[in-house]
Amino acid sequence: MAEKFELNEVEVWDGNYAASQALRQAQIDVVAAYPITPSTPIVENYGAYQANGYVDGEFVMVESEHAAMSGCIGAAAAGGRVATATSSQGFALMAEVLYQASGMRLPIVLTVVNRALASPLNVRGDHSDMYLGRDSGWIQLDCFNSQEAYDLALCAFRIGEHLDVRLPVMVHQDGFTTSHKAQNVRPLQDEVAYKFVGDYVPVDDMLDFTRPVTHGAQTEEDWHYEHKAKQHKALMDSRKVIDEVLNEFKELTGREYKRVESYMMEDAEVAMVLLGSSVETAKLAAKQLREETGLKVGIVSPRCFRPFPYDLIREELDRENLKAVVCMDKSAPGGAMGALFNEVSAAAYSTKARPIITNYIYGLGGRDFSIDEAKRIMTEQKAHADAGYITTNIQQFSGVRGPKLGFFDTRRG
Amino acid sequence: MAITSIKNLKEFSTANDRFEGAHLLCPGCAHSMIVRELMNCTDDNLVLASNTGCLEVSTAVYPYTSWDTSWIHIGFENSATAAACAESMYKARKRKGTLKDPDAPVKFVAFGGDGSTYDIGFQWLSGAMERGHDFTYICLDNENYANTGGQRSSATPVGAHTSTAQAGTHSYGKKQKKKDIVAIMAAHGAPYVAQLAPNKWKIMAKGFQKALETEGPCFINTVSACTTEWKFDPKDTIAVTDLATDSLMFPIYEIINGHELNILYRPKNVIPVEDYLGAQGRYKHLFKPQNRHVIDRIQNDVNEFWERLQRREEARI
Repeated sequence: MAEKFELNEVEVWDGNYAASQALRQAQIDVVAAYPITPSTPIVENYGAYQANGYVDGEFVMVESEHAAMSGCIGAAAAGGRVATATSSQGFALMAEVLYQASGMRLPIVLTVVNRALASPLNVRGDHSDMYLGRDSGWIQLDCFNSQEAYDLALCAFRIGEHLDVRLPVMVHQDGFTTSHKAQNVRPLQDEVAYKFVGDYVPVDDMLDFTRPVTHGAQTEEDWHYEHKAKQHKALMDSRKVIDEVLNEFKELTGREYKRVESYMMEDAEVAMVLLGSSVETAKLAAKQLREETGLKVGIVSPRCFRPFPYDLIREELDRENLKAVVCMDKSAPGGAMGALFNEVSAAAYSTKARPIITNYIYGLGGRDFSIDEAKRIMTEQKAHADAGYITTNIQQFSGVRGPKLGFFDTRRG
Repeated sequence: MAITSIKNLKEFSTANDRFEGAHLLCPGCAHSMIVRELMNCTDDNLVLASNTGCLEVSTAVYPYTSWDTSWIHIGFENSATAAACAESMYKARKRKGTLKDPDAPVKFVAFGGDGSTYDIGFQWLSGAMERGHDFTYICLDNENYANTGGQRSSATPVGAHTSTAQAGTHSYGKKQKKKDIVAIMAAHGAPYVAQLAPNKWKIMAKGFQKALETEGPCFINTVSACTTEWKFDPKDTIAVTDLATDSLMFPIYEIINGHELNILYRPKNVIPVEDYLGAQGRYKHLFKPQNRHVIDRIQNDVNEFWERLQRREEARI
């Protein structure tokens, strides 16, 4: 039995430490991991817990991130709770095995401390790695600060391991802005946290020798399609379980999370949609702008990036008063519109209100996103709203050096 | 029933089988003989992992499985990691008391072909060996990527024709020497490493048992004659394997704790490599006058390697 870890009612934790405390409290059986900036402290902290008797599971430091996820799969199939953490290039190296984890329906929890993808090499935060995971069949939860990195990691075990879900879950936090920024965090005591997470219930356990199981079979055109359809259905249907677990967490802690968070949207004339720690910047900017200019700005933030909450995004954007929406993508779009823009636009297309939607690329490689920048972009939306059409390029780059960079115009009135 | 209580081949052929005969391997493929022997040499429960390859694609095509035991396949490169971390999970659950039957004996075994062992899965194998998990890795070495139509791997020997190292008017096939995977694994300090062959089935069973009983990471390279890509008649699998071991193209030996080398089979009559090469279509071109020098090179390499093995056996270093 692991040693008890004394916790204060309020601790000062950065996002990495918050995530590692959640892993400790979940009493994971196997952590297979490999270090990478900025998520390294998560596995270092876990190593310290192990060295001092605070965890009694196995801690396997493997030789690469691909092996970390491979090890998580082998361990999960052997019927126990499994988690790991990574960032950026490590996440990219894992990509092959991410699909295998979800296809094999193994509930692994992966904390992703978001960081840009090379080249050029960059250790700072953007959402390139998070976006890379978006078709991998994992549930993706997005945290905006340290408290959430802790809370949602606990929820992730409940969601992924739920017998109606049985899917792996990524818990995203922003590299450095969340992972290395110390904030007040209110943790649960160990026994309360573990009671919330619950005992692991093995399914198709390789160590149950009374019932041999084959994991990772092959299918071709005869069965592959049905497997993928079923997996997608499980992912789509997980919305209900996510809502239930978040509700239960609210009852336990008073902290409320929703698949889509919104702020001052009731009377909003323009809205900004964005992810991660920038949400907190945008909220401040919106509040200040309302006070300073009277411009009614609201904020919409998908808390659950996968399954993508089309239902709730549509609800948020289907408002008669809402005229213009800007989608902020913190990832190099690679020859397309930003992913968030594409998905939000698709959801908004089937609304009655059909607001004007534009796309900003921002903050790549950890470039700071300031309140002033947010205000400038919000104000620009007002111009679209007043004109009744998009007065700029549809996609623009914010805060990049050199001449103004933008793409595509609209002729739609 | 374990092989210790199996007296002869007839009994072996009718022994209780956890690897079902219904699979899609080619007629005459040695993989099934090797796997079956591994599974018959212990009565313990088995947790098996397979890399992508001939064995995997032929034994677990949904909705069927040939495995009457726990079995997992993830990708081309990571069976070592899958078995190793399943073993870690076993340790954790045993400690925490969450196993259904905590006293049931269990062995963890990973399989890979030579492509996934010598090439693409090399790092995963090396990592698992270094970490010291209690498991055995078995390479089914047929010296090429047979599952995808016979491309060269770093286990393909000099002079062999493969689809990506072809024999032609300007080429005698593969130019580079086969990687010495056994030495590399022994250099990891593994407690038990061996090279075994299914024609010497009693030696192979003993080697498998040693590996399973030895605590820590063990590695076994097995010679798996490939009727399809080596190009011989499916009925001749064991005959070709006999030529391989008796020509010393595949010496049978073990290395304990990285340095104690024991030769496990000394042919009474060592045959020239030419006899082995001549039995397979993949070496046909070597018998053209302009390529005879390659046969001489192969014979020379085999002689040198056998000499080295004997000297290492004597020196115990």
